[in-house]
Amino acid sequence: MTEEEKLTRFNSKIDKEEKIEPKDWMPDAYRKTMIRQLSQHAHSEVIGMQPEGNWVLRAPSLRAKKILLAKIQDEGGHGLYLYSATETLGIDRDEMIQQLHEGKAKYSNIFNYPALTWADIGAIGWLVDGAAIVNQISLQRTSYGPYSRGMIRICKEESFHQRQGYEIMVTMMNGTPEQKQMAQDAMNRWWWPSLMMFGPPDNDSSHTKQSMRWKIKRESNDVLRQRFIDKTVDQAHFIGLTVPDKDLKFNKSTGHWDIGKINWDEFHEVINGNGPCNKQRLAHHIKVHNEGRWVREAAMAFAENETRTKKELVTH
Amino acid sequence: MSTMNTKEALYNFCLRLGDNNLILGQRLAEWCSNGPILEEDLAMTNLSLDHFGQAEFMYEYAAELEGKNRTADDIAYLRNERGYFNSLITEQPNGDFAFTMMKQLLYSTFAKYLYETLSASSDKRLSELAARALKEIKYHLRHSSEWVIRLGNGTEESRIRAQQALNELWWYTADMFVVNETDKELIKAQIITDLSGLYPKWKSSVEETLKLANLTIPAHGHMYKGGYDGNHTEHLGHILCELQYLQRAYPGAKW
Ligand SMILES: [Fe+2]
Ligand SMILES: [Fe+2]
Repeated sequence: MTEEEKLTRFNSKIDKEEKIEPKDWMPDAYRKTMIRQLSQHAHSEVIGMQPEGNWVLRAPSLRAKKILLAKIQDEGGHGLYLYSATETLGIDRDEMIQQLHEGKAKYSNIFNYPALTWADIGAIGWLVDGAAIVNQISLQRTSYGPYSRGMIRICKEESFHQRQGYEIMVTMMNGTPEQKQMAQDAMNRWWWPSLMMFGPPDNDSSHTKQSMRWKIKRESNDVLRQRFIDKTVDQAHFIGLTVPDKDLKFNKSTGHWDIGKINWDEFHEVINGNGPCNKQRLAHHIKVHNEGRWVREAAMAFAENETRTKKELVTH
Repeated sequence: MSTMNTKEALYNFCLRLGDNNLILGQRLAEWCSNGPILEEDLAMTNLSLDHFGQAEFMYEYAAELEGKNRTADDIAYLRNERGYFNSLITEQPNGDFAFTMMKQLLYSTFAKYLYETLSASSDKRLSELAARALKEIKYHLRHSSEWVIRLGNGTEESRIRAQQALNELWWYTADMFVVNETDKELIKAQIITDLSGLYPKWKSSVEETLKLANLTIPAHGHMYKGGYDGNHTEHLGHILCELQYLQRAYPGAKW
């Protein structure tokens, strides 16, 4: 088959909503985009363990502790799953981690914000996982088979996380004045960054067009963002939380909530490394990775020894 | 002379079991986002999760025995340093990965034999709790044994680190087998057996693993004791600071 025929076949698969599988031919740019997006997703799951891990030791009840630990484990599990999915595209985990450490691979901006109080654990589950679900449900129909299947699997757990996060907010809004204040403060700090999780507005999103054509991305940033806003504003009001946006208004003619202006300068600042925790998150990952080197080397040396011994047993 | 009645002794014993789990669970949770590889990060928080679950069962029973309308959380979060009865080894800092795995090996071997005998206890609740915990602890033991053997036979560095861990932790092992007033009352009531009797089994099991790991038990030193009587190392207070922070800062708040 000529390159051209391969491309035609690839395109017709995309048109017919068939999934692209690891062994299928794909254009280099498609492979590159997939690697970029999948590894970024994997890294996000893993870096996201840091702000939540920050509260495991201080979780206020045994139940809360168990739920939070289990949630963080889910996220780490998503990381593992997504690293393997990315490996099907011909890159290994070590290389992906290398790229992360060199700043060539990104992770979700949202984790560059600090988890300052226990209410942040509620806000992260409710808003951050809530935003992630909207995005990931849409990605269940993405064109790359392993990614699509991963999203189907992961979404079930994410909706648990979202409910558990909301439950923390509900409990605190039913609690003491100090707890209510803590919950509102978390809402104030996490609302706008959560909206930015969907990426820049459609008219200046550089990756969107090609990704939509390849059906890697199925719906635009703005559509997804609006879906999240509509479901979340009602949840906030229901428990007495104020959305920190004086321009927020229900638009009767569209049936959607209109929001004020998103501060995209802040978004770009954080993307460019100037968020509150960019340096801390990456430095932590690098430090832990380096400190663990001797363990990985020991495990490898042991495994090699074992294989050698087994071989010797067979030959003697 | 003992001033404890059987119910009080059983309450204290449940605290001991709960505290061992709570404090070790808290230590293991410190590994969250700090593991040497993602798989082990998750494995250690998984062990931690098991320990918190076991602690909760034990405290629930303790709360019932106490009969003062307190919850498992009240018991877990609202005591002071001297009221925690965990063994000293569980509160020792994590150190490096070798240190944590060695700690897990030494403790899990003990816990396995402990839960085995307790699962035959005449106290039905205690025997059920023990049987349930035994399943998990067997997995913990397998996981830590495998790692200790791997590290002992891995690289020169990993062997040295594992040996250093053993050299330091060994002196906290006798503390797990201390028999105090609580034990005496429960032995008299035929609820538990003399748990110092588990020592020979524990020792030979640990020796077997350490032999496979090419590691040597240190010869001379002082055995630290006192955890079961609330005489701790300085580490415990710091663990409690973090553990209890919100409960102490906002008394009476529900989370
Ligand atoms: Fe996730
Ligand atoms: Fe999640």
